[in-house]
Amino acid sequence: MEMMIEVQDLTKYYGPTLAISRLNFEVAAGEIVGFLGPNGAGKTTTLKILSGFLTPSGGTARINGKDCLTQSLEVRQSLGYLPETVPLYTDLTVSQFLRFAARAKGVGAKEETGEVERVEDACGLGEVRHKLIAALSKGYRQRVGLAQALLGNPPLLILDEPTIGLDPSQIVEIRQLIKELAGAHTVILSSHILPEVSQLCQRVIIINRGQIVASDTPENLSRQLGHGSRVRLTIQGPEQEVAAALQKIPEVKDVASQGEGRYLVVAADDLDARPLLARLVVERGWDLLELKAQEFTLEEVFLDLVTEEETAEEGS
Amino acid sequence: MKNAGSFLAVLRKELAIYFATPIFYITGFFFLLLGGYFFYANTLYYSLVSFQAAQNIQLATHLNPLQMVFRPLFATLAIVLLLLVPLLTMRLLAEEKRAGTAELLFTYPLTDWAIILGKFAAALLVYAIFLGFTVLYALAFSAVGPLDWGALAAGYLGLLLLGGGCLALGLFASSLTENQIIAAVSSFALLLLFWVIGWQQDIGSPGWGGFYTALSMMDHFDGFIRGVIDTRDLVYFLSFIYFFLFLTKRQLESRRWRA
Repeated sequence: MEMMIEVQDLTKYYGPTLAISRLNFEVAAGEIVGFLGPNGAGKTTTLKILSGFLTPSGGTARINGKDCLTQSLEVRQSLGYLPETVPLYTDLTVSQFLRFAARAKGVGAKEETGEVERVEDACGLGEVRHKLIAALSKGYRQRVGLAQALLGNPPLLILDEPTIGLDPSQIVEIRQLIKELAGAHTVILSSHILPEVSQLCQRVIIINRGQIVASDTPENLSRQLGHGSRVRLTIQGPEQEVAAALQKIPEVKDVASQGEGRYLVVAADDLDARPLLARLVVERGWDLLELKAQEFTLEEVFLDLVTEEETAEEGS
Repeated sequence: MKNAGSFLAVLRKELAIYFATPIFYITGFFFLLLGGYFFYANTLYYSLVSFQAAQNIQLATHLNPLQMVFRPLFATLAIVLLLLVPLLTMRLLAEEKRAGTAELLFTYPLTDWAIILGKFAAALLVYAIFLGFTVLYALAFSAVGPLDWGALAAGYLGLLLLGGGCLALGLFASSLTENQIIAAVSSFALLLLFWVIGWQQDIGSPGWGGFYTALSMMDHFDGFIRGVIDTRDLVYFLSFIYFFLFLTKRQLESRRWRA
């Protein structure tokens, strides 16, 4: 598969402070990858290096096979970047700014008007195109930021916290827009909103304290890193007896009784415990009202990874 | 061709910002107000002397509107320039850094030269617009008497080159900080230094006098307003402009490494 982003041993110091430490990851063309981590984990730093705004202290980052440091201009031609703070020229109107951005990104004089209108329509900016950016609400500014990133149809989009500061309906719109970009574009976006990442991204890279702690699909992360699979059961039967019987199954690691006949069973890794549990209930003559495999949410995985690392560090 | 496109993109954006913000109108207003006042005062003085010359043939041979009206006018405009240029350039790079738009500008596929030259050209064009209005003074004058347009053109070339030098220096000062006030104050101080450095020749140690004169903006500017285009003066201003644009480029490059 063709790689859009290849990052090797990427390191960045701010003065004596280590921001990111020997990051290694790859993003294939057409992928939507989420960068997840607590504030200050190094997400923005990594994206700034990829966009060519910062230089790394060590290691290399390549986009489309071109080095972000030595072939900066070529790299910058192939990306659209939405910075975290969404800086815009507030003295200009939306159209003026987008026209500048289009030309700066190499859109020709003849295509300029069409291209600006295309992104204005895609981002829902039609009504405000003649307004000063200074007069726009946060939500519209975010859209203008996204619009300038889309100009010139770059193969790679780097979006730093694309939905921060938007109201819920705007968030849905922007997410929909990003989803539509998939396939034609490679997208790398950062977020600390977990549901957003699990909804949008095919792959999640979790970063904490400047290091990658996990990288996989949201589903795999939930399964593998959740240490086992979970099943939610509702059984009509004598509560203590049921709990004891469930506990006796060798594959079952833990049973939590949640009252009113509901139980949460944790089974060994990569094992679907549902047939075992169903059989047991039927053998005992109880009534099975509900049986549902429950994945660990990304929140749980995330907290697990981040805290696990901290305890490991404290232990050493 | 591609570079020209990005240069024009930056130029157009900077002009749009100039025209959208009050600084352009305020500086333009005061530049023309002061210029207009000095033109009026010089012309008044000239007409006074002309009346006296009607009785004094000797005096009449010295009468020259270029020497008595436009040379002092250009000299005063140059001083007004010193005060106004820092206001035109302070925003150019400092504001990009403060507002964070540098993050956009430096991640667009623009070369440093396209950015610097685009901004410099925009400031120069704005300044040329101010100068263009002062041509009206000359037109008004020529309605009542003959004028040596060639010598006048030399004066304008001098003002344009002097302005270019001041703007290049101001752009460099703006690249050093993200605070517009600091950019304005430091460019004003540096301009003043290059302005008065020629005074040293009178009090400095012998061998050094020529050195100071060679650096002085005022001494090089003086030739132009006398109507003389000297290659040394041309080279001085062109290299002055290049030197400060080059320093600005170095400053932009180092930003990438230090950030």
